[in-house]
Order: sequence, then C-alpha cells, then structure tokens
Amino acid sequence: MSTAPARARTAREDQALHAALSVRERPSRASGLSACLTFGWRGMLKIKHVPEQLVDVTITPVLFVLMFTYIFGGAIAGSTGEYLEYLLPGIMVMSVLFTTVYSGVALNTDVTKGVVDRFRSLPIPRSAPLVGAVLGDSVRYVLGAVVVIAVGLAIGFRPDGGVVGVVAAVALVVVFAFGLAWVFTTLGLLLRTPNAVMNAGFMGIFPLTFLSNVFVDPETLPGWLETVVEINPISHLVTASRGLMGGSATGGDIAFVLASAAVLAAVFAPLTVRLYRSR
Amino acid sequence: MVVVTSSTLAIEASGLRKAFGDTQAVAGVDLAVRAGSVYGILGPNGAGKTTTVRMLATLLRPDAGEARVLGHDIVEEADEVRSVVSLTGQLASVDEDLTGQENLILIGRLLGFRRKEAKARAAELLRAFDLVEAAGRLVKNYSGGMRRRLDIAASIVVAPRLMFLDEPTTGLDPRSRNQVWDIVRTLVADGTTVLLCTQYLDEADQLAEGIAVIDHGKVIAEGTPAQLKASVGSGALHVRLLDPEQRPLAEQALSQALDVGVHREPDPAALSVACARPERAAEALAELSRVGVGVAGFSLGQPSLDEVFLALTGHPAEETDASEELGPGEEAA
Repeated sequence: MSTAPARARTAREDQALHAALSVRERPSRASGLSACLTFGWRGMLKIKHVPEQLVDVTITPVLFVLMFTYIFGGAIAGSTGEYLEYLLPGIMVMSVLFTTVYSGVALNTDVTKGVVDRFRSLPIPRSAPLVGAVLGDSVRYVLGAVVVIAVGLAIGFRPDGGVVGVVAAVALVVVFAFGLAWVFTTLGLLLRTPNAVMNAGFMGIFPLTFLSNVFVDPETLPGWLETVVEINPISHLVTASRGLMGGSATGGDIAFVLASAAVLAAVFAPLTVRLYRSR
Repeated sequence: MVVVTSSTLAIEASGLRKAFGDTQAVAGVDLAVRAGSVYGILGPNGAGKTTTVRMLATLLRPDAGEARVLGHDIVEEADEVRSVVSLTGQLASVDEDLTGQENLILIGRLLGFRRKEAKARAAELLRAFDLVEAAGRLVKNYSGGMRRRLDIAASIVVAPRLMFLDEPTTGLDPRSRNQVWDIVRTLVADGTTVLLCTQYLDEADQLAEGIAVIDHGKVIAEGTPAQLKASVGSGALHVRLLDPEQRPLAEQALSQALDVGVHREPDPAALSVACARPERAAEALAELSRVGVGVAGFSLGQPSLDEVFLALTGHPAEETDASEELGPGEEAA
C-alpha cells in the first residue's frame, strides 16, 4: 500500500481521545428491564428514521378497506356502510398481523449486518435485545391498527362499541400480535436474508388471514372450508375484535385469543432465545 | 503465586478448536498475550482469525480447548469476560438505521449509564473521533472510515481492559487507515490490551508487539515482527541502477561479491540480493562501482512480512478464499 499523505490527527483530537479513554469505571450494570426498555427505544427510533417500513405493511390493508368496501360491499352485505362495519375490525387485525412479520425481518437484519455481535458482547441478559425489540414493535402494531381505523372513520365507520370498544379491540389484537411475533423472530433466525424472512412470513400470514372470517361470513362457504376457517385462531381474533368494536363481545372468543397468544409465546419465545444464543 | 502469571497475561488460550459442519475453522490454537500490548493475529481470509476472536469474546463456544481472558474462563465466566472486553467486529457492529449519536447513547444506556450521562459520554466520544458534524446523520450514509471510527467509539463507551479489533482497516482508504492506527496506538498508550486480527502485513508490523501467523486454523509461527522476519532468513540488499542496460553486468558483480543468487525485480533497473550484514553489502556496492555500474540508489532492509508469509506457508498471504470464516448462515445478504 502506498503511503499517501495522511492527515494526522490533531493534538486537540488526541487530547479528546485521552480524555475519553479516562472513563474506565463502569456504571453499575443496567437491569434487565432497563436493557429491554433501551431496546424498545431503539425500535421507536427506527420508526422515526425508516417510516417507509411501516407504510409498506399498512398500505395493503388500507387498500383492502377501500377496495372491498366500495367494490364488493354492496354485493356482499347489501350496502357499503353495513359491510364497512363488518370488514373494518378484520382489516385492522390483518394490518397488525402483517406488521408482526416485520419483527422477524428486523431481527434477521441485525444478524446479517453484524450489530448483534455488539449486543451479544455486552454484559446484558441475552434475551434483552429480543424482548426489547418485540416491546418496541408493539408501538408499531398500535400504529398499524390506528391507520386502518382512521381510514375507516374517514369513510363512515361508526362502531357501536364506542371509543372503549375500539381501544379494547386494539389492545386485544396487540396482545395476540405479541404472541405471534415470536413465530417470525424464530423464522428470522432460521432464514438467511431479511428478504427470505419477509417472503416466508407473508406466505404464511397472507393465506391465514384470507382463510378467516375477515371478509365474509364463513356460513356462506362450502362445509369443509367453513371448518378450516372456524379453527383458524385469526377467525376468533376477528370475531372478538368485531364484538368489542360492535359492543357485543363474548368472553369465550376473548379467552380463546388470549390463550392462543400465550401458547404461541410459550413455544416460540424460548425457541427464539435459544437460537439467538447458539448463533 | 500462580496469580502473578495470569495477571500479566491478558489472554491465555490452549488448544482452541471450532468446526462448522465439516469445516474445521480453528484446529487447535494456543495464544499468550501480554497485558498492555497489541497482539496481532495475521493470516489470509478463511484462516480462522474471526472464529478465534469470536470464541475469545464469548460469542462462540469452543468445541474443545480452553481460554482465560483477563483471568476469566471464556465458557464458565462468560459474563465476567463480557464486562471487561469489547469487540469491534469485521462487519462494522453499529446500527445503520440510527444516527451516530443514537448508536453511542444506545450502548451507553445498555452499559448502565443514565440517559444524561450516556448523552454526555456520546458527545465526548463524537468529539474525540472527529464525528461531531456527522453526529445527527444516519450511519448508513457514513463513509467506511467514519463508520469504523464510530464502531471503535462504541467499543470504548466504557474503556475496556481488552479490545478485540477484527480487521479494523479492511476496505479503508490510506488516510482513514492511518487515523485508525493512531487511535489504536492511543488506546494502548492508555493501558488497553488490543488483540488485532489483520490480513495486512504492514498493519501487524506497524502496531503489534507480538504476532501469531495463522493458517488453516493453526498457529504456524509466533514471535515479534523482527523474530519472524529473522526466522525466514537474512535481510536483503536492494539496488537501483542508473542504466537498466547494465543490469546483467551488475547481476554478475553482485553474485560474485556475495556468493548468492541475485533476484531481478519487476522494475527493469532494480535488483535484490540476500544479504545479512551491512559490511558485506558495502563490499558488494564497492564491487559495483569497481566494474563501472552506476547506482541510483540502494537500501538494506529486512524481508517484508509478505516474504515471511510465503516462506512459512508456501502460498502468498494475498490468497483470498471466497468463504470467509463467518458462521453458517451469516453470509452477507
């Protein structure tokens, strides 16, 4: 290599570096909670700096709201207004569940870009980056729901459950998303590129949301398909959200949703942590 | 007491091994690194450097062998190791989607600083690393040199006692490379031990007190840069002639004077010849002048580490292997 004229670091910079290096005392360790919250904060910053990632996953549900309401609404439910009451809670669910795929994509990006090495060499609990990221992502989930509801309100969605019902529905969906996200973080550690995670994630979540009662009443479907739709946990989630927003929720559906979120988290969260550790 | 030896050694490793599937990435590495020095691990791509460092930094569990870093076992006391070392990985370990300042605050908070302290610390580091102007820009818009400086800054948010630097200047322009070297020298002057992986021989020569040459997962030679060069053999006399036409004549005179073969350099006016002692070189130069060969310049130097590598491994250090030593599934997208 040739010895190009190098700009020597200035004396002032060297002094600054010496001063910077004089800090050798380590503050007392961050608690696990504080580390998780810091990673949550990192998630917020990403929403701020890369908002297009959020737009990418919410644009499809927003298009669906408009398209289905105005094109198929009259044919399916008799009027666009009535169909909107039926459709919107389901699309809100869809929007949030699409956003969970992103949690896996983000984790995979961290691994492929090398920043995970830095986190893993810090004296913090090894699960903190994972738990913190999913916590931070819950803000993303709420935003995904809010966007769809805002579009709905703008075109005439007037839920009978009122503000309380809508907030409760969003909360329920976010809790479910919190469980489902671990499936995608597992995927994020198994696959090689962020794109592969995105593709595999949507290949799973897309048919699952369609094979539910988001768009139509399952009673109109052929018998075998109706059975598939009824065992799909997303159908229960949609029914519960619809109930909460419409002011007629049943405890059974809500309990089923909470239980499936717990099962997903119980299986896939430890799996994610294990894969993350053994990398 | 035994403690005396371990306190003067920052790293003691014996028989470290790691395989990925059928590939034996590290096949029994022993290291002894004195505290307060720069120790170089020198080898081509795929030699096992990164895997060795990842094991010592507790990111990978060795298949066999053991190592102590600053007195702590890397497997049994991984947490203690992590609290006294920092790692600047081969892929710059910073978050591209955040600003430089946010990256440093993030690390500060994770190390336990309060928000305000973390912010003050970030500002101090940004000044020390000439990144004040870029503080608010996203790292993905940084140049390679800026990114690497930020990466090193992130490693000293709390100055570590031992720092792993994995190929810190790969892909940098000469100016940035010199800046990084200055930073490493300052770190060591302030008492940090640095384990430096590099495939650049002049980098190891510039910075390291001791060097382990590693190839195919094994240490094939160890010593100071001077010892390594000496082990390969003598130094060399390099002569540049006024007139390239006289090269055959000069070649004959030199080989007679020194009684060894003369090497023709790619430069048509240059020759080099093995020669250990300055007084023999003086005689050889006198012989050139006696036979009427005009000399434009000459130098007596030790063999370069490139020559060392070739002599030790039988292949040049520049040989690159497409499969760099990343773990499975970690290839860049």
